[in-house]
Amino acid sequence: MAETHSLQDMRQQAAVAAKVFIQRDYSNGTMCQFQTKFPSELETKIDKQQFEETIRTLNNLYTEAEKLGSQSFVEGCLACLTAYAVFLCMETHYEKVLKRISKYIQEQNDKIYAPRGLLLTDPIERGLRVPSCMSLWLSRKGRTAGLDIGGFFTVTSDGG
Amino acid sequence: MSAVMITRKLRKWEKLPGKNTFCCDGRVMMARQKGIFYLTLFLIIGTCSLFFAFECPYLAVHLSPAIPVFAVLLFLFVIAMLLRTSFSDPGVLPRALPEEANFIEMEIEAANGSVPSGQRPPPRIRNVQINNQIVKLKYCYTCKIFRPPRASHCSICDNCVDRFDHHCPWVGNCVGKRNYRYFYLFTLTLSLLTIYIFAFNIVHVVMRSVDQGFLSTLKETPGTVLEVLVCFFTLWSMVGLTGFHTYLISLNQTTNEDIKGSWSGKNRGQNPYSHKNIVKNCCEVLCGPTYPSVLDRRGLMQEDSPTAANSEGPCSFDNLVAQTVKTTAPLIPNEHTPDDVKPSIAAEKSSAPKDDPPLAAKLPPLASPETDAETSIVKNQ
Repeated sequence: MAETHSLQDMRQQAAVAAKVFIQRDYSNGTMCQFQTKFPSELETKIDKQQFEETIRTLNNLYTEAEKLGSQSFVEGCLACLTAYAVFLCMETHYEKVLKRISKYIQEQNDKIYAPRGLLLTDPIERGLRVPSCMSLWLSRKGRTAGLDIGGFFTVTSDGG
Repeated sequence: MSAVMITRKLRKWEKLPGKNTFCCDGRVMMARQKGIFYLTLFLIIGTCSLFFAFECPYLAVHLSPAIPVFAVLLFLFVIAMLLRTSFSDPGVLPRALPEEANFIEMEIEAANGSVPSGQRPPPRIRNVQINNQIVKLKYCYTCKIFRPPRASHCSICDNCVDRFDHHCPWVGNCVGKRNYRYFYLFTLTLSLLTIYIFAFNIVHVVMRSVDQGFLSTLKETPGTVLEVLVCFFTLWSMVGLTGFHTYLISLNQTTNEDIKGSWSGKNRGQNPYSHKNIVKNCCEVLCGPTYPSVLDRRGLMQEDSPTAANSEGPCSFDNLVAQTVKTTAPLIPNEHTPDDVKPSIAAEKSSAPKDDPPLAAKLPPLASPETDAETSIVKNQ
């Protein structure tokens, strides 16, 4: 059963798992946002509300990372004055939020996705690249199915 | 065959496709041709050395010691920005893994239906709506992805680069999302440095000539002539280039978009990426977030294994993919036209007349970012 698999095992199986790609949402520009549209392949696996909640929270986190506020302005100016040497000792705001995103995804996997045999992969691991399609691909063994947001999220499921 | 093979763990940069060169175990990433970059370094360091050797002692004593101090700071900043632009990842997009590439192929085939043999398949375009503007995403045959908006394929580096501006041979790298602000600061501060050195050369010559006479001054500080020559020609092109990029930044456009005329002419005012506010546009480009590199250059490659069940490396998918999906969509050949570049209209708009020596003019052609025959058909419609 899915509960007995550790996340580590699931990650390894993700390589042979079916993947569903969740697309980037460009309606507001080139900011990193994902479509909240619920993939039909997940209908039997997870509650629609929960999935949309996850994606919405992630979108909010990415918005915060890329926000053009006073903090990013001050950080930019300070960095410029030091010829960007300050980034050798300090983490950028973006990196800090990326860490929060990783933690959040880990949390979501532990609480919601892993018990259902799904695995959400951190987008940064796969390149923050635009997925070109939504796809479901069953492995040779046919026992695992998964979601891969084309380089963004991999939600891998076990059994079925 | 030897019984024992000690294999060193490879880092991912060693297996990255594309025509980049890597140094310092993947920390530094540049284009393959670095000759002009070395020339840039030589000119900057050489001219500044002459300035520090010949002019600064005199000016420090007769005018102010702050002059050489400020020159040193400016020089260090210029070098820092140059190295940062040249050595960093411009925003290269990783190529699609085989499984993703296959799925895209399947989807395209499904969308296009069956094409009678002998007929050209329709162009691979995907439309997305950005801020109420329809933008066409083009398919890259080399990287096997639909390029994100504003991304473009650099034929010199053979990579898709996010927010591709241009490939600059003077810095030996592409200029894209991640290093555009360093490039801009480099051009800006180099313009200032050039003006500074030029101005103080003139001041020095004038001051010294009053005491000693013009010819004797030149004999005592022969470097001055060389500096004035280099600075004079560099000045016009650098100031022009800085002005041009300031204009682009205020409109939130890239050089690539400007050359292609994406948001000019009849499309003027429709740039969906612009905030319609000069200050906001400048803030976004210059003070926006510092995006991380999505190329994991220094990560360790996963071990190859025949079962390929445990590894996420691209090599492991080949076996599985071969057995599952076979695409029948004919792949249109690669769109590269080696160095068949559009003239650097950008440089010509703002630089000095063409009879400049090659040192000064930014005339080494900008790379044509993509020369996809299909997309140019679409563009011309």
